[in-house]
Amino acid sequence: MPVSGEAILQVERLTTRFNLKRGTLTAVDDVSLTIKRGETFGLVGESGCGKTVTARSILRLIPDPPGEIAMGRIIFEGEDLLRKSAREMRAVRGKRIAMVFQEPMSALNPVFPVSTQIADGLRNNLGLSAQAARRRVVELLRLVGIPSPEKRMHDYVHQFSGGMRQRVMLAMALSCDPQFLIADEPTTALDVTVQAQILELIRQMIQRFQMSLLFITHNLGVVAHMCDSVGVMYASHLVELTDTKTLFAAPLHPYTWGLLNSIPHVETRRRYLNPIQGSVCNMLTPPTGCKFHPRCEKAMDICRQQVPLLREVAPGHHVACHLY
Amino acid sequence: MTNSSFLEAKGLAKYYPIQADLLSRLMGRTAMLRAVDGIDFYIKCGETLGLVGESGCGKSTTARLVARLLEPTAGTVYLQGRNIFALNGTEVQKLRRTVQFVFQDPFSSLNPRKTIMQILSRPLEVHGLARSLLEKRKRVIELLTMVGLGVEHVDRYPHEFSGGQRQRIAIARALAVSPEFVIADEPVSALDVSIQAQILNLFRQLQEELHLTYLFIAHDLSVIRHISDRVAVMYVGKIVETGTVEQIFQAPMHPYTQALLAAVPLPNPVAPPPRLTLSGEVISPINPPAGCRLYGRCPLAGPECADLDPVLRDRGGEHFVACHKV
Repeated sequence: MPVSGEAILQVERLTTRFNLKRGTLTAVDDVSLTIKRGETFGLVGESGCGKTVTARSILRLIPDPPGEIAMGRIIFEGEDLLRKSAREMRAVRGKRIAMVFQEPMSALNPVFPVSTQIADGLRNNLGLSAQAARRRVVELLRLVGIPSPEKRMHDYVHQFSGGMRQRVMLAMALSCDPQFLIADEPTTALDVTVQAQILELIRQMIQRFQMSLLFITHNLGVVAHMCDSVGVMYASHLVELTDTKTLFAAPLHPYTWGLLNSIPHVETRRRYLNPIQGSVCNMLTPPTGCKFHPRCEKAMDICRQQVPLLREVAPGHHVACHLY
Repeated sequence: MTNSSFLEAKGLAKYYPIQADLLSRLMGRTAMLRAVDGIDFYIKCGETLGLVGESGCGKSTTARLVARLLEPTAGTVYLQGRNIFALNGTEVQKLRRTVQFVFQDPFSSLNPRKTIMQILSRPLEVHGLARSLLEKRKRVIELLTMVGLGVEHVDRYPHEFSGGQRQRIAIARALAVSPEFVIADEPVSALDVSIQAQILNLFRQLQEELHLTYLFIAHDLSVIRHISDRVAVMYVGKIVETGTVEQIFQAPMHPYTQALLAAVPLPNPVAPPPRLTLSGEVISPINPPAGCRLYGRCPLAGPECADLDPVLRDRGGEHFVACHKV
């Protein structure tokens, strides 16, 4: 999909915290990124790195309390979403920015047929009549590849297979013609052949609807295939940001190297993998300085003292590391 | 099938009767879910057989049958020359020392109300492998060291550990009785990528040090490629292809194996994108039709495929494929 120069979403210095009984947990720490119109941006990282909280912060789906968006701006098509009222945000969600979640069984309502759920958005956001909404539901289900949509629209979520449920979620997300789609690990729970189908469907849909996409995943194969640009997150920070080809060809951050070196490949086989030693820090009591330093082969004194800032060290390539 | 197999499964099947709708029941038809539908495979001593397939193919059921955690509907599993389903009480007790299991979910497979010491001592107590507290503690510390954990972890509870650490504890528990054969059912699927690598290395290392034989189940092909010596591919209760890891990954013959490999997105932006070579959806294992399970999705399918279920045949070099068309 041709990427224009214009930015559709600019996240500036986003910081999201959770004030828990046992302490304050900063889930997203000073994260800035820009997504251009027509671009597919991948946000990569392992569990707990803050990628889902970043996505939910954009849509202001963070429960407050205990969560709070402590700092930052989220500029979507020129407007700061953090300045909008609850009513104004409701007009954004579903209509201008839509989201597809990882577990369709949890994200879709089990007690309503799928047609009701999709029609809900159509009627509330676009003001369609019940009849018009029903027609649109059939169109949407057909569009996402659900066979016999006129029959299946009356089925409940549990009557669909995993891949089919994800198609239903996609239909719901696309129903009001959003300009921007956030997909949070949409294929993680799916079998590899079903994943291939859903990824292909997502590609077709973003082409057809001229959408920009924020794609969250921990699967580097999916990133390589789907994304134009990538941001790598580690323990609440954005540690590397560049286009996909560069990330795989010339990664700069030691965590990115570690990730790329530790995955087994379906095409080649080594006797032992090179895992990153240790494990992610406790986010309630993180280490001083760079949060990756306890696991980093290249750690220096400054790494223990100062949190490195994300800086552009080559054209279009940003990294948060004292090595540069 | 070889004579010197450590383990050999023949005609292994597990069916579950399903409550069919009223009309079917009135007509005398019961619905049978054929989770595992007559499979044959063997594992050689000291090797890792990777069992791969998508959800619902029967791989977890197979694992539980081989561990004798389930009773089969039909078939045999010969372990070191004896049918595990024909053993008496004391012999089954002995079997439990030879065969151990590591589960997928490190969060639910450990008792949250017991300390690590208690969790790891239990198998020792059950099998009379350590009498005094001193002996038990010594062995528990030995086990923890084997899996890369420390003595300071002994009196803690599972919730105090990360997913990767819990999986190490689960592996230590499996090793407590010094088994010869370990069945691991998706042991790394619930773990982050960087932790997966650590645990996979641990499995390899332990296999080398302790001369273990593994049946390793996973849906992730790259994990299977990494850990296995030989691979069996399952589809809707049947094994469709078996071979060495090179045969399966470099020269797959069955259309389903080829489809699985083609669908994997490679972590390389300039590599060919994932491809869909099969149409449609997987059939239900409930009362499956006669003929090949892949019929209807397979690009090679012919009329004989709808009528006759193909059997595994050796295509040379112990590369077995169940297909009429290749």
